[in-house]
Amino acid sequence: MTLTLTRKAPQSDAVATFASCRPTWRRRTKDRLATTAVVGAAVLTAVPLTLVIWAAIQRGSERLDLTLFTNSMRGVVGQGGGLLHALTGTLLITAATAVISIPLGISAAIYLTEYGGQTRLASITRRAVDIMVSIPSIVAGLAAYALFSLLLGPGTRSGLAGAVALAMIMIPVVVRASEEVLRLVPGDLREAGLALGSPKWRVIWRIVLPTALPGLTAGSVLGVARIIGETAPLLLVAGFTDAMNYNLAEGRMATLPVYIYTQWSAKGLDTAAYDQRAWAGALVLMAVVVVLQVAARALPPQIAKLRRNR
Amino acid sequence: MSVSALDLAQGAGRAPVGGPAGGATPGERGFAGAMKGAAIAVALVLVGVLIFLAVRGGPAFFAGAADLPAHAGNFLSLAAPLAFGSLWVAVIALAVASLPSIGVALAATIYAPSARFGRLLGAVLDLLAAVPSVVFGLWGLMVLAPAMVPLYDWAHQHLGWLPFFAGQPSVTGRTVLTAGLVVAVMILPIMAAMCRESFALTPPALMEAAYALGATRWEMVRTAVLPVARSGIVAGGMLGLGRALGETMAVAMVLSATPGLISVNVISAENPSTIAAFIASTFPESTGSKVSALIALGLVLFAISLVVSILGRRFAKTGVAK
Repeated sequence: MTLTLTRKAPQSDAVATFASCRPTWRRRTKDRLATTAVVGAAVLTAVPLTLVIWAAIQRGSERLDLTLFTNSMRGVVGQGGGLLHALTGTLLITAATAVISIPLGISAAIYLTEYGGQTRLASITRRAVDIMVSIPSIVAGLAAYALFSLLLGPGTRSGLAGAVALAMIMIPVVVRASEEVLRLVPGDLREAGLALGSPKWRVIWRIVLPTALPGLTAGSVLGVARIIGETAPLLLVAGFTDAMNYNLAEGRMATLPVYIYTQWSAKGLDTAAYDQRAWAGALVLMAVVVVLQVAARALPPQIAKLRRNR
Repeated sequence: MSVSALDLAQGAGRAPVGGPAGGATPGERGFAGAMKGAAIAVALVLVGVLIFLAVRGGPAFFAGAADLPAHAGNFLSLAAPLAFGSLWVAVIALAVASLPSIGVALAATIYAPSARFGRLLGAVLDLLAAVPSVVFGLWGLMVLAPAMVPLYDWAHQHLGWLPFFAGQPSVTGRTVLTAGLVVAVMILPIMAAMCRESFALTPPALMEAAYALGATRWEMVRTAVLPVARSGIVAGGMLGLGRALGETMAVAMVLSATPGLISVNVISAENPSTIAAFIASTFPESTGSKVSALIALGLVLFAISLVVSILGRRFAKTGVAK
């Protein structure tokens, strides 16, 4: 009995502190300071975002004209030129990454939720996904470089290698998001389908997947949003070029993020023209990212959790 | 009822009882096999990453001076200063971002005047997380760094007796501190997201109990919300640290680096480089054995961030168990 009392002692202290109806001046001041700090932190968070967006709009709009979207950098020294080749490269590489990652990621998630359960393979795959999430993007680039240099000889650069590197980053995002969405599909639906005599694969194909489709789409959009601004892996394996390249399998391919980087890092004599192009590229990339974010937000509310888990 | 509805339903299916492998239709076997194959493929991607990195990078661990970039004598003397730089920048970013991330998470959950305000703040955080690192790099280099120069001069004059602010400050502002600040902005939304999630999980009864005892809002947060969310906050910090360690482009662009240097000075013109930034800036001009050395550095970075993420997940799990 004594023991219980002593254990409870600190709690009753706390009760005593809170007990008076009107908090003391000291406690009210502390509370107000804390509120100020919390509001301050919220405002502080919005500041860098505003500054970055403002800088991108202000400096990017200097070169935001039609020729930016109709020209590549081929033969351009100084003024002029554009980012058509980089935009094309980003679209091609992102599309290739999506074609690799989305089917593979969703299929693996189907195995994990519908077939795997607690099997050994399922737990190995889950652990692999956990580790892949923590791979720094530059390491994914190095791995893709190592793979392609073993297959095709050292020094290979191609859009496909870039897509493989980005797929290593995107696959775990898609698997995690899809697994969570598939778990939200009510078991009743599966049981009803099976009770009608459908084989399991038809139940998954005709009932589970259509039900989960909005969520699976949102997961895929998030995956694309995660990789579209990636620079480091593409700098290593897709390389950079001033000219158009429509062939994913061969030759260096420019992308928007790498374009921004190289406009800054490999300047010619007329530095202002290069800086302007870098900022214009940043503005275009930001616009793409904002559109993807809005698209993912427009999807159903149960996805909100996934977005934060990214 | 010992037999579940699902078992019954499967028994009643077209396939005879005896499990999917036994008498399943070709369609079932094909589909299940394809899904299983995808799961195996995902696991193999990771194995592949490790094998490719080890095959191409392995030899560099024992390489001599001739095969290494940046005039390093052996691999350790190449990797150690860079690993220090990575940790140094990441720790600065973590130190700067931790309190604001907790604060903004509190503002979006406990302090939010309405659910709409919480969502708005969430949108700001999501957008901040989505800004590509190369854009942050460009901004840090051209906008933030010049703006920091007067501040660094001031810090040197008044706090110069601290080793962090000793020596001549950089005239460009492209220092470790600027890089740390940019990375802090980048990891803030990730950490805030984890904090937000754990704050939202506080049992309402606990919060009401604190209010009923006469606690002010801050006392309620301190006694009810923060203790419950502690593991989530730590896990968020680890997640942010891992992200900061792997951050490449922003650091490569902002930092004016001298590879091989170890220094705690945060405002000098000569700064240690980080593993990721060194790889990104050296790789395009490297060939042969030098590339192997960079891949080996990538393995080191992978190992460091893996340890951090395992620690983080352990903290997150203890939170779930509570």
